[in-house]
Amino acid sequence: MTDPVLEIRGISKSFGGLKASNNITLDLRPGEIHALIGPNGAGKSTLIKQITGNLTPDSGSIYFNGQNVSHLSTAARARLGMGRTFQISSLAMDYTVLQNVVMGALGQRGNIFRFFNSVMKDADLIKVAEDALEQVGLEDCRTFRTSDLSHGQRRQLEVAVALTLRPKAFLMDEPMAGLGAEGSQRLIGFLDKLRHQAPIMLVEHDMDAVFALADRISVLVYGEIIATGSAEEIRSNALVRSAYLGEGDAA
Amino acid sequence: MSLILLAEQTLNGLQFGVMLFLMAAGLTLIFGVMGLINLAHGSLYMVGAFAAAGMAAATGSFMLALIASLVAAAIAGVLIELTVIRRLYDRDHLDQVLATFALILIFSEGTRWVFGSFPLFLDKPAFLSGTVTLPFNVEYSVYRLSLIVVGILVAIGLFWMIAKTRIGIRIRAGENDREMIGALGVDISRLYTMVFALGAALAGLAGALIGAIQSVQVGMGEPVLILAFVVIVIGGIGSIKGALIGAILVGLTDTLGRFLLPQAFALILEPSQATSVGSSLASMSIYILMAGILLFRPKGLLGGA
Amino acid sequence: MKKETLLNAVLIALFVGVALAAWIMDEPYLITLATKAAIFAIAGVGLNFALGFGGLVSFGHAVFFGLGGYAMGILAFHAQTYTPILEWPFAINGTRSMPVIWGVAIVVSAVVAVGIGALSLRTNGVYFIMITLAFAQMFYYFAISWPTYGGEDGLSIYVRNEFPGLNTMDPIQYFAICFTLLLLVLFCVHRAAHSSFGLMLRAARQNEERVQAVGHTPFRLYLTAFVISGAITGLAGALFADLNRFVSPTLLSWHTSGEIMIFVILGGVGRVFGPVAGAALFILLEYVLGGLSEFWQIYLGAILLGVVLFARGGLYGLIAGREVAHD
Repeated sequence: MTDPVLEIRGISKSFGGLKASNNITLDLRPGEIHALIGPNGAGKSTLIKQITGNLTPDSGSIYFNGQNVSHLSTAARARLGMGRTFQISSLAMDYTVLQNVVMGALGQRGNIFRFFNSVMKDADLIKVAEDALEQVGLEDCRTFRTSDLSHGQRRQLEVAVALTLRPKAFLMDEPMAGLGAEGSQRLIGFLDKLRHQAPIMLVEHDMDAVFALADRISVLVYGEIIATGSAEEIRSNALVRSAYLGEGDAA
Repeated sequence: MSLILLAEQTLNGLQFGVMLFLMAAGLTLIFGVMGLINLAHGSLYMVGAFAAAGMAAATGSFMLALIASLVAAAIAGVLIELTVIRRLYDRDHLDQVLATFALILIFSEGTRWVFGSFPLFLDKPAFLSGTVTLPFNVEYSVYRLSLIVVGILVAIGLFWMIAKTRIGIRIRAGENDREMIGALGVDISRLYTMVFALGAALAGLAGALIGAIQSVQVGMGEPVLILAFVVIVIGGIGSIKGALIGAILVGLTDTLGRFLLPQAFALILEPSQATSVGSSLASMSIYILMAGILLFRPKGLLGGA
Repeated sequence: MKKETLLNAVLIALFVGVALAAWIMDEPYLITLATKAAIFAIAGVGLNFALGFGGLVSFGHAVFFGLGGYAMGILAFHAQTYTPILEWPFAINGTRSMPVIWGVAIVVSAVVAVGIGALSLRTNGVYFIMITLAFAQMFYYFAISWPTYGGEDGLSIYVRNEFPGLNTMDPIQYFAICFTLLLLVLFCVHRAAHSSFGLMLRAARQNEERVQAVGHTPFRLYLTAFVISGAITGLAGALFADLNRFVSPTLLSWHTSGEIMIFVILGGVGRVFGPVAGAALFILLEYVLGGLSEFWQIYLGAILLGVVLFARGGLYGLIAGREVAHD
């Protein structure tokens, strides 16, 4: 088996008396989509924040491409190739679509401390940016102000910016949230192809998307992983059923 | 350096501190509950002082002058709250700073227009003049001692109000979650206006009380305003307890600094140099204190939630 | 041509036009007003770099204005009294050469900005506003209590400093110097705003999380912006002190900080030329309203209030509309 791209080893985090993450161990393998599901309040967002560096675990470590990143900042992890999309779209709202994506390409290229270049006319950056926009289907919207975009379009833009980072792994926090049926279908198709560029760890509530896309599914309940396996295995797992459906119910 | 002098200066520091607390308590409430930076607070202090001086000149009664200061400042507070301040609650800090800075200009020049540039005088009341002999042979001004008492009483009153009354509960709830208490049916507008008026009244009272030992003139509120902000930042914005601690800290640091530093430097420098270096450092000391505290506790001593 | 570019050109033409007209009509006072406006514009462009582009609400920018002013004052004072500033460990003498003075003003302001910025940027929100104010106040009180350079009374410099090839005492020539510097500063700021740094900085103002997600730390962007901002405002301070041939602690007061903010907001926060419009408006108001009433600051306050409440984008917002994305 090839080495995992992302390894989460024994992550634990408590807030006062509440154990939000309890000795979580997970990994993300090349080419896979690994979905993380669980009831509300299970601690999925907390876990993602610890992976990206926004939150420091009380114990445990994170390995990215074999390197221990536990003590690196969010920005440093992003530079190493962690491409993240946010549950609530986090974009520069006054900028145009193109500006947001160029910003991503610029961030990836490094050397942002140049004061006299005309960044929006930089051919290399524009090329990377427009490629990303084409991939997500937003190329006609490049001059639109981000704040004027629809919810679904903002999600697409988030993915486009993540693409410009040439990430080695994607961390997506509820990308389906707020999308209608058509939007969801499109995104599902898109993510299906995306996994070949880089593996995706996907936090999601939308079960159709999860069962359509995921190679593996991990179930998080009260801060603990209670099961990891294929879609079939999870569907028939008794612990999972009782966590979601209560005692003694058929799906 | 005599111990009696030291004791006197310490009491002065305490007196300065509790008066600062009157300003700071209002400021920290207003920021804690409404999220508003109010630079015009110094102007309300000035309004209170002028109202007191005017009333004292008209009636000769210090008590009436104090009442006038409370009323005038509260009314001024309500007026600006209704017309200007309530439009600023949803705005960012830059807008609040600029708008209340504009209010300072209007109040200052307006007061100068009405009263002229010469200072007014407010006399201490007869029954509070003179000195009293405290333990250890320290003689201290009765008036200043009563200021300390007033300050402590106000502090107790505020703590009681916040902890025990309905409005106190609303204030505490409002500090935690503005939208929520609105949803629960509390009349936010009225609450905000009342909090603002309360802060204004306290500022006005401070202005009147200090006006009797300094002079009443345009611009008197500005140095106090800056210090009050330093106090609430040190204490932690939104915390009345923090405001009290911060105010006493600032009052003592400033007063004792001015007293001790020149003397300390006189040990190693020649007298004229010692005075100038000592006074420079004393003036800067409060700001050095604030910067120092912020670097270790970026939200102040008791701030951050 | 975009409305914003048109307004930029109109402003430049206005400045040049007013100065030339005043020169032809032999009204040196008006030339001085135009010079003052140009200098205030530089100060505002400096603040706008940190405030408008970076979102850093610095309420202590007067510290840089004052540092620049005192750099001029101290250097010129020692030159005119023929005393050295420092004898040990090496001799530093005063100077009356403007370019040298500007260099010192810029470097000193930048160095202090590194210190103030590194410490202040550990806080945010209202704490940042207050700590920047605190640092300015420290310098203010220090200047008042330090008797060597006049203390509270300030320091007079008898003759304006020297610029090679020009008679700097001639109002129109000094205007030309200040205005040229303004144009130079505007050019550099304009380029910086459209550069890689500018794109990242303005993104950080909008969304710090997003900048981190693309692999960069907002802190470094902010600190760089703060230092550049301080250096520009420092240059303005040196020019202002030279204009009045007088430097005093007032340059360091929080009122001055507030005024510099007024230049920025009147013109339009975040617009490169905004402070140029703002400074011009401010001088206009001071001149016109000041002529009407001794209490003109009441009207200034009312206008400022009006702009903040109802015309948030300043003059550029009113005339040129929403900022056009730089594409």
